[in-house]
Amino acid sequence: MAALSTAHPRWTGDYWFLFRNLILKDFRIRYRTMSLGVLWSLINPLVMMGVLTFIFGRVFGGERPPLFPVFVLCGLVPYNFFTGAFLSGTLAIVENSVLVKRVPVPRETIPVAVVLSSVAHLLIQIALLLGFALFYGLWPTTAWLWLPVVWALYVVFLCGLVLGSSAINVFVRDTRYLVESLNMILFYLVPIFYSFSIVPARYAAVYQFNPVAAMVLATRNILMDGKAPPPSLMLNLVTVAAVTLGLGLLIFGRLKRRFYEHL
Amino acid sequence: MNVGTLSFDGVTKTFAHRAGQALLRDRVKDLLFPFGRPRFQALKSVSFALRPGESLGLVGPNGAGKSTVLNMATGLMDPDEGRIDVRGRVVAILELGAGFHPDLTGAENLRINAAMLGLTRAQTEARTEAMVDFAGVREFIRQPLRTYSSGMVLRLAFSVAVNADADILLIDEIIGVGDQAFQQRALEKVHALRRAGKTIVLATHSPDLLTSLCERALWLDRGQIRMLGDAREVLAAYLGKTSAATP
Repeated sequence: MAALSTAHPRWTGDYWFLFRNLILKDFRIRYRTMSLGVLWSLINPLVMMGVLTFIFGRVFGGERPPLFPVFVLCGLVPYNFFTGAFLSGTLAIVENSVLVKRVPVPRETIPVAVVLSSVAHLLIQIALLLGFALFYGLWPTTAWLWLPVVWALYVVFLCGLVLGSSAINVFVRDTRYLVESLNMILFYLVPIFYSFSIVPARYAAVYQFNPVAAMVLATRNILMDGKAPPPSLMLNLVTVAAVTLGLGLLIFGRLKRRFYEHL
Repeated sequence: MNVGTLSFDGVTKTFAHRAGQALLRDRVKDLLFPFGRPRFQALKSVSFALRPGESLGLVGPNGAGKSTVLNMATGLMDPDEGRIDVRGRVVAILELGAGFHPDLTGAENLRINAAMLGLTRAQTEARTEAMVDFAGVREFIRQPLRTYSSGMVLRLAFSVAVNADADILLIDEIIGVGDQAFQQRALEKVHALRRAGKTIVLATHSPDLLTSLCERALWLDRGQIRMLGDAREVLAAYLGKTSAATP
């Protein structure tokens, strides 16, 4: 093998300024073409919450976890953020191929900016969730201070995941369909409309290792039980976030060298 | 500090993929039958070096490798073999308006573009006026880009790029931007940047542009260096060869 080396100056720009602009861009593009604007971020979870509450309250009847609307919303908000960020992040490099092929901006910023711009929607949905919690008489406890911690870990996890999937999607375009199917299956595999306590014990560990499920459980622990998430759950979240980010950066770093030729 | 130097040393690049085919079945096929894939050697062992403030013109027929040289110098792709060494901030004018979005205003696109080119917020704000004025789009700057004429978009993109404080400017066939008056100003701006000591690499089919802007020229033919030297001499040889080949 001949020596392969390129000594390019590092991109010396302002990452904060870049991210701010990329996030604003995404946000503006999404909302300028919608007459209801940011309201869409609220309408989707509200409708889903209403539908699920109706089906599991009126159609199936039977026993429901208490405060069912808040319970469902605690599941929907992490799930919506995951599916939205996972899919749009996976497509980030391919959809920005013009940018990747023409502007020497650090490639990692493109999928990461997509996840971060989803965080803006997430914040709106979290505000909705907190509003409902208060409405149903759940008053803030010190445990609520755990919310920013677990959500930050969740965002790190998604950045890692999307770095990996967006890079792989350049080489195997079927990745997008895999992500779409996975997102759909996850709706049932994550305890959104049922309680984790009815999951048989032998599957419980597997459930908890699913970061989306872990996130739903942590959100419920904090908001509904007013308790800090158990240490085992936090350990799961930290481990999954760190490992995913590491793997994502590794995969992206290896594959980005050949993006140009495959876009 | 050697800010503004650019060198290629034995740079080779082969493209070995089928463009646009990236489905799972193609990957499986590639794994099972790794031979006989169409390959295209874009560059073969290309070497040259530019000192700060030098300007180099790239000439050659379509497909000779001019754009590949510029893309690699920009850092958009890596060589298969050889070494590329770049010192200083590179701004490439390869495709004007890449990364612009029609639903955003001119001002918003300007900021995003400047941020991607590596300007800080303060630098961008300090240069915004100059960029807008040079592009001549002041009265439209708060309008969405889709209301611009194609010439206005190109002018804005060009204006951001040339005002982005490059040490090395890489230009691919830009002349033909906007109307006659703007072309003249664009040309003057590139000349001014050259006088200001910027290193410039320019791919062009225009003999006038080449001799007026470049000291040296590199003639590429099917990915190989055919000739490297004084711009006028290389141009004369290149034009002599092509006119002889097409009677």
